[in-house]
Amino acid sequence: MTGTARALAAFPVFAQLPEAELELISSTARTVRFAARQRLFSEGHPAQGCWLIEDGRVALDMTVPGRGQVVLQTLGPGDVLGWSWLVPPYRWHYGATSVLPTTATELDTTQLRALAEQDPRFGYTLVLTLFESVLQRLQATRARLLDLYGSPHDQR
Amino acid sequence: MTSADTVTVPAAEPMLPVPYRVSGRTAETHDSVTLRLEPAGEPLPPSQPGQFIMLAVPAIGEVAISVSGDPASRDGALVHTIRAVGKVSGALHDAPVGTVLGARGPFGTTWDLPSAAGRDIVIVAGGVGLAPLRPVILGVLAERGRYRAVWLMSGARTPAEFLFRSELDAWSGRSDIGVELTVDRPAAGWDGPVGFVTEPLARLSLDPERTTAFLCGPEPMMRFSAHVLLRKGIPAGDIRLSLERNMQCGIGLCGHCQLGPVLVCRDGPVVDYGSARRLFATVEL
Repeated sequence: MTGTARALAAFPVFAQLPEAELELISSTARTVRFAARQRLFSEGHPAQGCWLIEDGRVALDMTVPGRGQVVLQTLGPGDVLGWSWLVPPYRWHYGATSVLPTTATELDTTQLRALAEQDPRFGYTLVLTLFESVLQRLQATRARLLDLYGSPHDQR
Repeated sequence: MTSADTVTVPAAEPMLPVPYRVSGRTAETHDSVTLRLEPAGEPLPPSQPGQFIMLAVPAIGEVAISVSGDPASRDGALVHTIRAVGKVSGALHDAPVGTVLGARGPFGTTWDLPSAAGRDIVIVAGGVGLAPLRPVILGVLAERGRYRAVWLMSGARTPAEFLFRSELDAWSGRSDIGVELTVDRPAAGWDGPVGFVTEPLARLSLDPERTTAFLCGPEPMMRFSAHVLLRKGIPAGDIRLSLERNMQCGIGLCGHCQLGPVLVCRDGPVVDYGSARRLFATVEL
């Protein structure tokens, strides 16, 4: 296995992927670094790129009139950032800004989508892998919707 | 959960409150306070981390509150962190220094920290659930060499709603404990993590054979956290959590805290997830 494929396997999202799939994905990967408070992408813009965060912290945000940029969630080491490239209309639903200096493995999603279209078996594995990550994010978001730490008075 | 070396001698008259005087109070958040209570007569037997005391406000009522003090302290004082959510907890929260309260206990099972010696420790707290875990954290840090890696994951609604904020800051600055504080809703000036406590927990790389987890917070939070730990291969028996129910007698007689086959005041509040998993599915009447 190449060094890049081995590095990808260290991310929880890809930990169970077979070597062949890891090698394919690693052919689209490169290491990138962001300074603190650097915007990675903006809400509504064409969605290109998927990042596996190695170190640092990235905030997902959106513009709310009267409130400015509201941070919805932060992502840290081991997390996947960006999956709007996978489904139409291929535009970011939220923005992303590095909170801390951040190092990530960036996947070229144009290449990745082309590989998935050429080989539907690979595409299915890729989508299923990312879906698990999406599901975990959805479950955590639903848990926050419960407002569990609020006072019982607030929840009546 | 109680091991041989953490057995607490029961009070001679477990239903009879003894007087304790409020000797100190620290506001933690807008609705939570930590009270230090000193005996105004014969002290109660020493309590262990995880146990609770029934605190009474004369003419108002009595409520079960977990101990949140330093387990190494041997001065006979009680330390409790109280959130004002009802009539009794509201009166306790508002009690000024000098107020005489009733106290009986200690009751219930313990976190049994000594049995986790030599293992990795994961502490997951949500909201005021950090209070019963504070003695675990202090106990681990006091004998840091007895444990392997230690992590504390703590969640709060907003940055202003973390208990023990100065201690959290101090622990965050240490190199021998990994601390991750995460909030549901960020506020101005907060550049820490935003998200549910299960997210930093999911990022941890844990050794399933050598990890003991301690969870305290709202039940769904503990359930979701336990699921993350189970997915990482941690056995249910190594996941300990603290249950909260309507404890009244404290000695397993009245049945108010019954949860399925368990009387939480006697068989809990600390149980392992192997037991709690079934209890969480019990629909309350």
